[in-house]
Amino acid sequence: MTAPLIVFFVLAALAVIGAISLILQKHPIHSALSLIVVMVALAGLYLLMGAEFVAAVQIIVYGGAIMVLFVFVIMLLNAGVEEHTSLSKMAGPPGLLLVLALAAFVAATIAKSGASVQTAAQTGALSSTRGISEMVFKDFVYPFELTSFLILVAILGAVVLAQREKS
Amino acid sequence: MRALLATNAELVITIVKIALLLFIVLTVNAYLTWFERKVVAHIQSRWGPHRVGPHGLLQPLADGLKFFFKEDPTPAGVDKFVYYLAPLLALALALTSIAIIPFGPAPIHLFGHDIYLGIAPLDLNIGILALFAITALGVYGVALAGWSSNSKYPLLGGLRSSAQMISYELALTMSVVGVLLMAGSFNLRDIINAQARHPERGIFGWNLWPQILGFLCFFTAAVAETNRVPFDLPEAESELVAGFHTEYASFKFAMFFIAEYTSMITVSCLCTIMFFGGWLSPFPASWTLTHYLPSVILIPFGLWVIFDGFRYETAFGRIVLPGLGFVIAAMGFALIVLPHQYNEFIQAPFWFLSKVLVFLFIYVWMRGTLPRFRYDQLMAFGWKLLLPVSIVNVILTSFVILAKMQWGHQ
Repeated sequence: MTAPLIVFFVLAALAVIGAISLILQKHPIHSALSLIVVMVALAGLYLLMGAEFVAAVQIIVYGGAIMVLFVFVIMLLNAGVEEHTSLSKMAGPPGLLLVLALAAFVAATIAKSGASVQTAAQTGALSSTRGISEMVFKDFVYPFELTSFLILVAILGAVVLAQREKS
Repeated sequence: MRALLATNAELVITIVKIALLLFIVLTVNAYLTWFERKVVAHIQSRWGPHRVGPHGLLQPLADGLKFFFKEDPTPAGVDKFVYYLAPLLALALALTSIAIIPFGPAPIHLFGHDIYLGIAPLDLNIGILALFAITALGVYGVALAGWSSNSKYPLLGGLRSSAQMISYELALTMSVVGVLLMAGSFNLRDIINAQARHPERGIFGWNLWPQILGFLCFFTAAVAETNRVPFDLPEAESELVAGFHTEYASFKFAMFFIAEYTSMITVSCLCTIMFFGGWLSPFPASWTLTHYLPSVILIPFGLWVIFDGFRYETAFGRIVLPGLGFVIAAMGFALIVLPHQYNEFIQAPFWFLSKVLVFLFIYVWMRGTLPRFRYDQLMAFGWKLLLPVSIVNVILTSFVILAKMQWGHQ
């Protein structure tokens, strides 16, 4: 077994364990911590594929900013330990179906693009910062700007909601 | 054994480098506390530590011993796992960030290998981003310590710290974009080399002048990120006892302490690299006489340490201080006497460390002079001043670069 493969399995195991622990933990902070583990493990996987920029941004944006916000809100609301409820009957069978569908979809995608998955790591050109910025700001500039516009609208909405009512 | 060493030479070199850097950083940390206490004391017309050893030089050692032997109680009702995890996280991330800093351009040739100063590989193309990623995770140490302590004041400290980090991280990242645009790279070595494009300008070729707005924003935001005065609201002792680390004692407290001082060092290194030319000399390249500056500083300093040591009647004063002074002075002499390439090599680390020292002094200076922000002032300052100014800086820099590309006179 080569070194990258070992690192891959360690990171993948971390990500999966983190994801399972995220669901099973009783305390919101512990769940948030598990999610951070998942984020960091994913960043490691990106790094393994040679996508340095995406890995760094994954940690800065998701591991850092967004999860800090999660933790902040949980701490601010002082959320306590939650109890596990018995699964509702509605959630069981449809959930199982969805899980099967997702697994099938992932498996089908991997089977179909087996060749491209193996070569993706070697191209490298796309993963460099220059390649990514050229894609974002040239090829996909309209979707990118539209997304920024969407976020701007959301920010404005938050500002309006947070405003004090005029007396 | 030999074969194993030969095949894994890179690994062995890296491990040795990590051990060496850890030793240096922790020692510098210890003496940084001494430096801080001394400088703040003199700002306030006091003597500072002066009982343990000459000039209180053994004070850090005494403090370290005290940390080891103090009782380490765990308060009731804490979240055990997170309570123990928080200081580990803070310290580990702070120490990791140092690994990304390069300390010099040229390698040392040793045993047939080129050994570069700094642990990260030369082509770490996400250098600055990796650093930001590590600092972004660093906040969890403080926030989780505050939460897990099961106590009011630490919780408030942790809350303040996470809000502060989110607010100032934006300004921190935006303020370096100008530098990145000028260098065209995230690699810290490339950023320094980009400032060497005009070797005849010396200090005026650094990023500091075109990026003065960026520098001011960066340094302010970085001080806020390290929770130092005047942004030390997470541990404001007059309101929150000791903030997030109120419930930590003994070595767990020391871990937070070391983490804070290590991030001070990292930020100073980063300021040096991004805006002050890293290891570049502030003098034009043609002024070759300035290459003897390390000797000019080291020899008198060493002689003074020898002289000063003899004024004490203790073993430390009579033996250790003169010995240290002799080593320092001998290093200064050696740089003059030995072949020229040694003096050439020492230039880069010399200037790098000098600049870092200046920034550490500024940190301490601010602690001795500035009062703490009020919480709403802190938020208003970050969002309404730092962030807009750093965005304006990005736009201005892009326009200038675009103009130079269009009507380029370079």
